[in-house]
Amino acid sequence: MKDNRENRRRFIKGAALMAGAALESMRLSSAQSTRKGEKEIPIPGPSYVVPPYGERSRFVTSVRQGEFAPLQDFSGIITPSALHYTVNHGSPVPDIDPQQHRLMIHGLVDRPLIFTVDEVKRFPSVSRVHFLQCAGSSYLPLGDRERAVTVQQTHGKTSCSEWTGVPLAILLKEAGVKPSGTWLVAEGAEWKKHSISIPMEKAMDDALVVYAQNGEPIRREQGFPLRLLTPGWEGVRNVKYLRRIKVVDQPYMTKWESSVYTNLRPDGKARWFQFELEPNSVITFPSGGQRLPGAGFFEISGLAWSGAGAVRRVEVSTDGGRTWNDAKLQEPVLSKAHTRFRFDWNWDGRQAVLLSRCTDEWGAVQPTKAQVEKLWGVTPDYWLSTTNRIQHFNACQPWKVTPEGSVDNAIWES
Amino acid sequence: MPFGKVSFGVSMLAIELVLCGAVFAQSPAYHLGRTPTQEEIKAWDISIGPEGKELPSGRGTAEEGRKIYAEKCAVCHGPTQTEGKFLHGVLAGGEGSLTTLEPIKTIGSYWPYATTVFDFINRAMPFDKPGSLSPDEVYSLTAFLLYRNGVIKQADVIDAQSLPKIRMPNRNGFFPAQPEWKVGFYQPYFSPALQRRSKE
Repeated sequence: MKDNRENRRRFIKGAALMAGAALESMRLSSAQSTRKGEKEIPIPGPSYVVPPYGERSRFVTSVRQGEFAPLQDFSGIITPSALHYTVNHGSPVPDIDPQQHRLMIHGLVDRPLIFTVDEVKRFPSVSRVHFLQCAGSSYLPLGDRERAVTVQQTHGKTSCSEWTGVPLAILLKEAGVKPSGTWLVAEGAEWKKHSISIPMEKAMDDALVVYAQNGEPIRREQGFPLRLLTPGWEGVRNVKYLRRIKVVDQPYMTKWESSVYTNLRPDGKARWFQFELEPNSVITFPSGGQRLPGAGFFEISGLAWSGAGAVRRVEVSTDGGRTWNDAKLQEPVLSKAHTRFRFDWNWDGRQAVLLSRCTDEWGAVQPTKAQVEKLWGVTPDYWLSTTNRIQHFNACQPWKVTPEGSVDNAIWES
Repeated sequence: MPFGKVSFGVSMLAIELVLCGAVFAQSPAYHLGRTPTQEEIKAWDISIGPEGKELPSGRGTAEEGRKIYAEKCAVCHGPTQTEGKFLHGVLAGGEGSLTTLEPIKTIGSYWPYATTVFDFINRAMPFDKPGSLSPDEVYSLTAFLLYRNGVIKQADVIDAQSLPKIRMPNRNGFFPAQPEWKVGFYQPYFSPALQRRSKE
């Protein structure tokens, strides 16, 4: 008691200059942490009132637009957690109490198990940087498709975080997968209990049950308190609010994998279970809706990624794809993660069309729109005349810079 | 290069044996978590596979489903099951539309498995009260939607035995026939099969 009173007197004396209600909590914490004989903590000045939870500057106003992340505002490769894209398939974002949440593993296993979140966190963990991307990214419904202006609208359903969690293989081995267990069905705890199948080989390869994103517990919109991460695979496989893993002997043909996230070709046949996201990239500066002040030096910058591994090369064209030059890849270049590329550009003030093209470590190259048309067997007018929803659309994105300096989305112009 | 091929095949076999051993020789190492009771597993397990092994007892017909649909579903999906949009889902019609510029992907024109209808209604519907329907109600709604899509007759009884036996019209509309994935392989965009990954 005496110590506390002394500390309190000392503190009040030093803090007399300061004002405001926020001081009350600071005073209490300081009194508790300073003991007699210890070096005294310097008394901060009036401006040193630290908010307990940080805020960005009131001059920074970048926000999600619907489900879409503002890629044009990002630097480096990490997406701020609060701006990560989010798709919820019709369920409201749940408000889950982590003390009540459970993860069950059952089905074709020797030992069905049920874990609390704290128990999941006790397993050996890893932190890895991985992108997520919605399979429907870059191909909006007809009506929005032709109106998309910004990179947020064209490519905003991708984001990249450092994820921390437990390799799913560790949890599955704890339960003991039977030899007949070749697939699993993962399920979330949100309203509609999102559910999708994962092949056992992926589960045992690099899938994670994550509990943290960018150093803090996963954000609610991203799956708090537990999320399945299937690195490099279409976003819909990365089940949020993970509550149940059932080991089974075949894909379970949930609605999402047997109808919605399938790729219907013009011939009426559809590709399903197209897990892995193909090489992709987009220039985020300059990008649609921005304005260049006039001719001169600009550093073109953007993001590249591949679901198959690391990005090996990014090329940039400033003349609509006639010539290509290598961009600089900024370290770190990580597997199944966004990679930042940069390219020096002296704009002569004339019309220019900017594109980027990604090559991954396996030599797979991002296609131009003309190459996508060849793959699909369609003519250029197909894209704006069909209501078909295409998945995994990854054509090189052209931005047209006009002599006035405005930047327009030119993907549908040719 | 016959010898090269032989040794390649043998070494792959050896690798696969090692992998199988690593995957399947599993004993608990951390002893965390607890064993769920059979009741807990039963209460949580709402996954219905294409063989319908998990389907609950109960039954339903299209006539019963019509009433439930009018009461609980028509508000979003419309009186004729064709009024929905993307996430609301157009539920019926669309036959012959898959090769047109306006494909309509419904249960009847597109969905490959009838068990998916039960699974999704049961876990996700109705929109404001998912999980509130009884097994009989889900069977009835499934029957109604299959009937409205011309897949079954009006009087057909849908239950755990009959539902998995239904052959959906677009069952052969998807490729690859057997979905799969293996480490070291990939499947190009419209390729029918996995290919071994190699650099260049």
